[in-house]
Amino acid sequence: MLKIAIDSLGELFGKIASAQTLYIPADRPDGEAEYRKYEPGMKLTGRLNTVRSAKDFFFPQTESLVDFKVEGKNIEVIDPRKECEDFVVFGVRACDARSFTILDKVFLADPVDSYYKNRRDHGTIVTMACTRPAETCFCGTFGIDATAPEGDAACFSDGESIFFKANNDKGQRFIDSISSLLEEGDTAKLDEVQSKTREILKKLPLAALSTENFGGDKLNEYFNSDKWGELSESCLGCGTCTFVCPTCQCYDIKDFDTGHGIKRFRCWDSCMYSDFTKMAHGNPRLTQLERFRQRFMHKLVYFPKNNDGEFGCVGCGRCLSKCPISMNIVKVMKALEEK
Amino acid sequence: MNSIETLIPKIGVVTDIRQDTPDVKTFRVVSPEGGKLFEHMPGQCAMLSVPGVGEGMFSITSSPTNKEFMEFSIKKCGCLTGWLHAMDVGQQITVRGPYGNHFPVETELKGRDLLFIAGGIGLAPLRSVINYVRDKRENYGSIQVIYGSRSKDDLVDYQEILDEWMNDPGVEVDLTIDNPQEGWDGHVGFVPNYVKELAPSTDKTVLVCGPPIMIKFTLAGLKELGFTDTQVYTTMELRMKCAVGKCGRCNIGNKYVCKDGPVFRFDELGELPDEY
Repeated sequence: MLKIAIDSLGELFGKIASAQTLYIPADRPDGEAEYRKYEPGMKLTGRLNTVRSAKDFFFPQTESLVDFKVEGKNIEVIDPRKECEDFVVFGVRACDARSFTILDKVFLADPVDSYYKNRRDHGTIVTMACTRPAETCFCGTFGIDATAPEGDAACFSDGESIFFKANNDKGQRFIDSISSLLEEGDTAKLDEVQSKTREILKKLPLAALSTENFGGDKLNEYFNSDKWGELSESCLGCGTCTFVCPTCQCYDIKDFDTGHGIKRFRCWDSCMYSDFTKMAHGNPRLTQLERFRQRFMHKLVYFPKNNDGEFGCVGCGRCLSKCPISMNIVKVMKALEEK
Repeated sequence: MNSIETLIPKIGVVTDIRQDTPDVKTFRVVSPEGGKLFEHMPGQCAMLSVPGVGEGMFSITSSPTNKEFMEFSIKKCGCLTGWLHAMDVGQQITVRGPYGNHFPVETELKGRDLLFIAGGIGLAPLRSVINYVRDKRENYGSIQVIYGSRSKDDLVDYQEILDEWMNDPGVEVDLTIDNPQEGWDGHVGFVPNYVKELAPSTDKTVLVCGPPIMIKFTLAGLKELGFTDTQVYTTMELRMKCAVGKCGRCNIGNKYVCKDGPVFRFDELGELPDEY
């Protein structure tokens, strides 16, 4: 397997960044990690994952959809779309890598979202296998192997070297482009690290969480469950869970008058917000209970019903660590399962 | 494959504005070169927008058999609709569509006796079907329209009903208003009660649209008369942004009203959570 010494990662990043834009997870001043555009000298974070998911690369928090120029009664429609430049996202975890295939089911379904597809076509995802999963991790619940991540190419660390494996043609092209820096390496130590990680994964506090009681056929069983009241009681409706979630993709479309034209943009929205479904004739989801229920029913019942059983969660654990009232999808699943 | 160029709208020119009721106007829209912006089927919708104000989903009230223009009957009830009501002829707006499914005029409705039940602005989406089946009369059985509004002045398309539908020998029109009014010698009473009084034949296929409360009581009345969920269709309205099943706003259960609807049969609605 081709590898590079961890000490030489700076050289590797420099080579990638000389050909296309490179993003890596790096430390923030507050000690958390975020994806940043690579600059010489920048170090890969030691944190397990970034606060924000990697969905921004394909579905940014805000983006322009169309511009208008208005003169008197006349309107000019201006298409602002440009072909995206090639870019590489390095160090994506297995959970976030799976989130892209979930987002694909929404944005690449007919009619294809060309804004999303443009970025998807030009982005290369280089994943990084986990070696030290956190207590909030439960990707295994959704059939994700943190030690063998998806993505175009996958990287594996044995503590001294990073090994590369192509998962598809795009990933092979990426590896070919950096092959001058790679050498053939022995994977004995890597195999050891992988089996050790698998043991850790098995012993994680949420390792027993299962999806077997969820899926597209559970609408009637769970929609009217008397658990929703208690579960949603403290929900602030702040939407933090939806913003850090790698699979949440609800969005708003709004217009902004720049003073010299109108910009129509889309931005992330949240089904947890009180005016998400509000319209002139009323609001079908008036209470936080209904809004809270919508989010979890969508991930655990509605989405799998439309997508061959695939759930709208990858077990990244971000909502577990970020919800200000400590409510999360794990608690919801456990409560609903109790008879 | 279609693409979401569909989020980038076309320009439409408003060539005629008709004041239907005190708060409903019907707008005629064509492309800047003249003619329709796109073809549609009865029951489908389009996103209309005024750049800088907003965008909203409206049913296309004109029939697809009209080859010259599209019409939208819009009630003034918010920011965008307020702006639309304030515009003059010649104004350009933006239009994208058509969106959603449509009433099954070429399949399940073909050859059937049809009963249309509408309340208030609920006539707007049904007008498209009514004029479609009137123009293709040989493909359908009898046509009955039961339509009611708060008052005579609130009847949308009243002139067209009087001049065209009531003079069409193949169409029975039964109008009602909520309260007695000077100059009105027709029926007085709520639509659901009027439907029960008229007791239409249960052989008919029903298309109903109106305020949620009217639909609820009408459906209950129809069931008392012996109709089943599988012979009644309605068209729904929820908040929408993208109109292509991606923004998440009009999601009910595993359905998106913008693309899986807006037309649903009541047995299909019965399988969805009661969140509309």
